[in-house]
Order: sequence, then C-alpha cells, then structure tokens
Amino acid sequence: MAVPLTTLVLLPVGYLFVRAAEVAPERAFSMLARPGTLRIMGRSVLLMSSVTAAACLVGVPAAWLTVRSDLKARQLWTVLLALPLVLPSYVGAFALLGALGQRGIVQRWLLPLGVERLPSIYGFWGAWLALTLFAYPYVFLSARAGLRGIDPALEEASYTLGRSRLATFWRVTLPQLLPAISAGALLVALYTLSDFGAVAIMQYNVFTRAIYLRLSLDLDQAALLSVMLVALTAVLLVVVALGERRRGRYYSRRAHYRSRLVSLGRWQPLALAFCTLIVTLALLMPVGVMTYWLVNGLQHGETLRDVLAPLQRSLRASALAALACGVAALPLVWLQVRVNSPLAHLLARSAYLGYALPGVVVGLAFVFLGARYLGALNALFGLGDYRSLGLLVLAYGVRFLPQALGPARASLLQVNPHLEESAQTLGRGYLQVMASITLPLMRSGLVAGVALVFLTAMKELPITLLLAPTGYDTLATRIWSASNEAFYARAAAPALVLVLLSALSLAYILEPDD
Amino acid sequence: MTDFPPDSAVICRDLCKRFGEVRAVDAVTLALRRGECLALLGPSGCGKTTVLRLIAGLERPDGGSIAINGRTVSDAGIFVPPHRRRVGLVFQDYALFPHLTVEQNIAYGVGQRADRRERVTAMMALVGLDGLGGRYPHELSGGQQQRVALARALAPQPDILLLDEPFSNLDVALRRQVREDVLRILRQTGVSAILVTHDQEEAMSLGDRIALMFDGALYQVGTPRDLYERPSSRRAAQFMGDANFVGGQAQGQFALTALGAVPLAQPARGPVDVLIRPEALALDTAAAGARAVVAGQMYLGAWQVVWVALAEGNDTLKVLCPPGVTWQTGQAVHVRVTGAGIAFPRL
Repeated sequence: MAVPLTTLVLLPVGYLFVRAAEVAPERAFSMLARPGTLRIMGRSVLLMSSVTAAACLVGVPAAWLTVRSDLKARQLWTVLLALPLVLPSYVGAFALLGALGQRGIVQRWLLPLGVERLPSIYGFWGAWLALTLFAYPYVFLSARAGLRGIDPALEEASYTLGRSRLATFWRVTLPQLLPAISAGALLVALYTLSDFGAVAIMQYNVFTRAIYLRLSLDLDQAALLSVMLVALTAVLLVVVALGERRRGRYYSRRAHYRSRLVSLGRWQPLALAFCTLIVTLALLMPVGVMTYWLVNGLQHGETLRDVLAPLQRSLRASALAALACGVAALPLVWLQVRVNSPLAHLLARSAYLGYALPGVVVGLAFVFLGARYLGALNALFGLGDYRSLGLLVLAYGVRFLPQALGPARASLLQVNPHLEESAQTLGRGYLQVMASITLPLMRSGLVAGVALVFLTAMKELPITLLLAPTGYDTLATRIWSASNEAFYARAAAPALVLVLLSALSLAYILEPDD
Repeated sequence: MTDFPPDSAVICRDLCKRFGEVRAVDAVTLALRRGECLALLGPSGCGKTTVLRLIAGLERPDGGSIAINGRTVSDAGIFVPPHRRRVGLVFQDYALFPHLTVEQNIAYGVGQRADRRERVTAMMALVGLDGLGGRYPHELSGGQQQRVALARALAPQPDILLLDEPFSNLDVALRRQVREDVLRILRQTGVSAILVTHDQEEAMSLGDRIALMFDGALYQVGTPRDLYERPSSRRAAQFMGDANFVGGQAQGQFALTALGAVPLAQPARGPVDVLIRPEALALDTAAAGARAVVAGQMYLGAWQVVWVALAEGNDTLKVLCPPGVTWQTGQAVHVRVTGAGIAFPRL
C-alpha cells in the first residue's frame, strides 16, 4: 500500500525532471546562462535571506517576551502574535496594497495634507514586508517551544558561576535556542521560496512568479526554472541538515519547574509598543483594510451571495484533500514508526518531499502529466480538458501530505507498542488492533494533521490556479482575480471568509499553551 | 537568638519561603561551620532543596536573613543576585552546558584570569578527568558528568559549595564509588559544603553534621552519631534507621516493657515508648529474655534480619543477627535486649 502511495507522490515531480531533460542541451544551457535567469536566482536568494532574517528579528524577541518576561497580558499577546499565520500571503499582500498602495487608504488620508503620491511599495520592499509579516509566526512559535524546553537549571548554573543575566542569555540561552530558531527560520525560508501570492501581487520577479509567467509562453523554460527552484530548495535543506548533525549538544526536556519570569521594569512600555506594532501591521491592518473594502463594496452594490459558491468549492476540494491525506498518512506513518527497515524509512521519507516543493512546481508537474496523458484520455472519451477536481485534489495531496504525516507520526510515537502487542496476544488481528487500539490513541495527532491540510489547501493559490477545472472558482482564485483587477471591494468578502475559516481550524492545530 | 560563630560559612536566620499556601521553608535557623560538610537530610518535599536555592539566590526568601562568610546576602531590603554570591552549586541533573566541551564547562565560571588555563587543568586533575577536556557532556558517562559538574562548581573557588542530591542520578553500584571520590575532593579542597539528600546513609557517610528537616522545619542538628543514638523525636528516630518501639513504664534508669527491664540512655518516668534499634536485640533458644515466635527472616550475607512476634502483646520486632545461626519461620525463640533504649513519652 505504501509503495504505490509513495510512487504517486514522486511521479509528478519525477516527470518534471524528465520534461526538463527533454529540452535540447544547447537551448537549455543558453536559457540558464541568460542574465535574466541569474537575476531571478539572485532575487530569490535575496528575498529568502532578508525575509528569514527579519522574521527572526521579530519572532525571537516576541517569543522571549511572551515566555520569559512579565509582559502584561502575555497569553493574549501569544494568540495575537500567532494569528497572522492564518493570513494567506496574497491576502496580506493585497491588504498591504489596499492600505499603503498608491490608491490605498493611507494615500486617501494623506491627500488633503498635500501628499500626492506615496512611494511605490511594488517590488522588493513590498514582497519583503508582506512575507515577513505573515511568515514570522513560524519563528515565533518555534522559538517559544524552544524557550519552554530549555532546562532552567542551565541558566541557574550560569548565574551561580558568576555570570550576569545578559551574559547568561548570550552564552547559554541563545546557543540552546539555536536549533529551535533555525527550525523556524527554515520554515520561513521554504515559505518564502515557495510563495507565489505575495511576490505575484507585489510584482517581484522571483522563481515562482517567473515560472507562472512563462507557463503560457514557453513550457521548456518553465520546466527548467522549476528544476532550478527545486535545486535551490534542496541546497537549503542539505545545508540545514548538515548544521543539525551536532544534535547531542542540545537537549530539551520538560523541566520539572519553570524559570522565574524576568521583570521588564521600565522596559515594559517599549515591549508593549513592539508587540502592538507587529500585531497592528500583521493582523489589525489586513483585517481592517478588508473590512473597510467590504463595507465600501456593500455600499456600492456588491452582495455577499457571490461568496457562497466559491466557498462551497473551496470547502469541497480542501476537505477531499484533507481526507485523502489522513487516509494516506496512516500506513506511511505506521510503516515509518513500527517497521524498522531501510526501505520503509526511504518510502516514508520521500513522502515528505512535498514540503520542499513550491505549489507552482507541483502544479506545473501535474499540468505536464495531465496535458500529455489525461488530456489524450479525456479527449478519447469526450471529456474535454485534463483539468478536473480529482487532479486538483491529487495535487493538493502531494503537496500537503507531509503536514498530515508530522503530527500523526508524533502521536503514533507516543503509543506504546506493547499496547498493540498485548491486543494481539488477546486474539485480535492486525486490522482489528489498528481499529480498536492504534487509531483511537493517535486520533488527536491525525485530526490535527488533517486540519492542517484542510487549512493550507484552502489557502493554496498556484495549484488551484493551474489545475482547478474551468469555472471552478474557489475563494483563493476569486481573491486572486479580483485583486489582480484591483477590484478590492470584490476581493474583501472571500478574503475575510477565508481568514475566518483558517482561524477556526488553527484552533485545532496550535498546541494548548499551558 | 541563637549564637553562631561570626566566621561561620553560612548563617541562615528564620528563613521562610512560601509557594502559594505551602510553607516550603518555615523559620529555618542554621549555620554551616567553616570547612565542614553539612548534610541537609529529609524526605522528598521537605523543603531542603528550597533552602539550598535560597542560599544560592535562585529563590527570594519571604522572610529571614542569609549571610555567607559574614556578608549579608539576603535580608529585608537586601538581595544579592546569584552571580554575585560566590556560591558553587552542583545540580541534581548536573545542568552541564550541552553546547560546551568539558573544558569550556569548567572554565565557564573562572573568568578572564591569568591562571585560567592552570585552574582548569588543576580542576580536571582533581576530579580525575584528564584527557577528557575536549569531550561534550553527552559523550560522558553519568559518573563522569557528575565529576564535571563538581569541577565546574569548584573552579571559581566559591566561598561555599552546595550539592543538590548529587548522587541520585547514578546507579547504585556507581554511587558508593563516586561518594568516596566526592568525600576525598571535599577534604582536599577544604571547601565548606552543604549536601542535600534524602538518603540517611549518604548523609551519615558524607556529613560532618546532619541537619534533619521535615515539612519545611528543622528538627535536629548534630553529628551522625548524635542523630542515630540520641534522636530528639520519634520521627527523627524512624528516619535515621530501623526502629522498634516497645511500650512500657519508665522508672528512672530503666523501663519495664514486654521485653523485661530495658536500660535507658537517659532517665525518664511515666508511660513511654522505648526505641530499641535492631542491633540492640539478640535472639536465643535458651530461656533468657521474652518469649517470641520467628515471623520471617532475610539472609543478607554479612548479617541477617529476623522478624519476631512477641508472645506478650502484639508487637513485631526487627532483630539484626549474626549470619551463623539459621532461624526457621514459626520457631519459638527468646529475645534479649543487649543495648540501651531511648524513651519517648507515650502520646
């Protein structure tokens, strides 16, 4: 069962490489060596590193403040600072435009004051700001978990050895926190590399946008660019994996007591100002802008009824994908945790590949496959286009399966194998054991994974754009086309609905705090 | 107010610490003499670790004062933070910095002194870790980690050394060996030390004196011999070793009990419970002493433990016997008292 599953996951991407290899070598070389291609590479690397750095600069202090200091209303800030996670980058970018763009709200306010034109936020700065604001929660949450896992005795040992609080932070706390920070930073880097929405709206030409633009012009080049993007992602993953080799030098465990909170004293207002600024930019501003445009639109004759059909389609496609991932995760995770063979590990590992694959690339791979095989098939039976709901769900599945695997694996690891063995000695067969013991015990992890897939599939833009059947408008594509045509008022309603649904499913995913 | 020598290494007066409703430390007054090792002994949860953390400055007391080497570090309006107290602390789980090597761990508290290198080398030699300086903590055995923790705490030449259950993470076979090592190192450096433990054997073998704590309060302070032979309370007697209690009437130098007349270490009068340690009893087949029946026995090589049920009353006593004679369960025997008992007034 696991073998066909893994094949299914690997096939489209493998095919992408085949497709790229089919390009004549001279042509391929001249395309790759072109200055335009190098510029795309440069911009991608620049954006990735600057967003990651900024996300760390925001996320780590925010984590420290909410975990280790006596910041006022820490619980509330924790939730507010994590919430931007539910904003898809294209919604955030579109809200930024609506606020700070040249026809945005701030411009309108400033017009009476004689400001004719705000500086343009298109390009690098816009993309950088949007991605930083909506990706920093990865570092924030990861650093929070890291801080809570550090044994307080380490810091106390440092104090008794004569080191001040500041020296202890630099020499003990920060080094111990590095793995958690780098895990969060890796997520941000992958997010940035694979993001399509924000860079497309801000018109900053990195790989994902370039691939999408080439799609209708030159499929060869799109395939080559995709392979380059995958290679860049692979380099990033290898570098991080090499850095992680020194695992033994860190340990984290649930301490039997908590560290005392650091009193902020006269720094309290500054800390509050910092949190307020972040939450305003990353949460209040986007939601406020969308609400403003929604009200504006309703006053000018837009109706909410237009949202219902896309909402239904979004729910259907995401639910099918989440269900498929949940069903697929079970055998894969079981294989990885319970069957200790190299082949099992390889199979289970390769299913994680989707993590590293940008949506544009997965979408493109399915476009190639679909156009060549399904298209012919469908034409034979008179079904028209290769695009179909089934293909869309399949592509979602390939991309988001790892998100179901993670929590499911964690929860299965916590199920003592002796429980299953004792059920077997009590006369139950494998399937019965799985149904009566394993599944109920790992349910919470499985549910969390499925909810995560549901959430991310709903937000997914490029795959939906590329593979959704003609006329199958979802919330994501509706927002995309409306904001593309600068119909801000028309994008606001689906965007708000999407954010609301995401926020609800986030409740399942976030670990309970205390 | 209790008078302590002014040059005591540590003086705690009326030390109090509450956690919510719980009085973790309740008016503890205690002195550590210069150069001695004081064992702070008590069951888990009795507040002994909290006393240690208060002295180290890791917790703020709710009342009372602490002076280290004559310098007040904690009192009303005074709180010296831990990094200015010159206190070495060996944590229960060692708390070695996992990202630093053994050498870097030991050097961590030494600071930028000219003799930094020599100091670290000397500490490594002292605890017997030569050649392991480049290792990381996770590459060491439990016993080695323990010695790194000790070397790290001693390296900055602290005024006092605090050890929090330092042997509890070691397996039993290793524990005895490491205990002797630690004793040697403490003697060699002459550092004043407080050792927190729940193991009375550990407290007796390492402590010059023992301070016994229950429920956040100090019960008795004295040498191991004081505490074992002259416990001030029933509870102290039970915690310091196996204890048989036999009811009786004290009549001055002796008490009349089911075991006959038992000589008392200190004269008493009236209804009492007499503490008789298992090694102060002997079994005999001849008709000398009180009649009893063997209820169970356990052979331990160097000695054997025999439980006997007295014919009179329903007390069961534990008796420590030489290993030579075999005792059968159900066998009729006679019990004799060979040492002195301690009388506690009947409650």
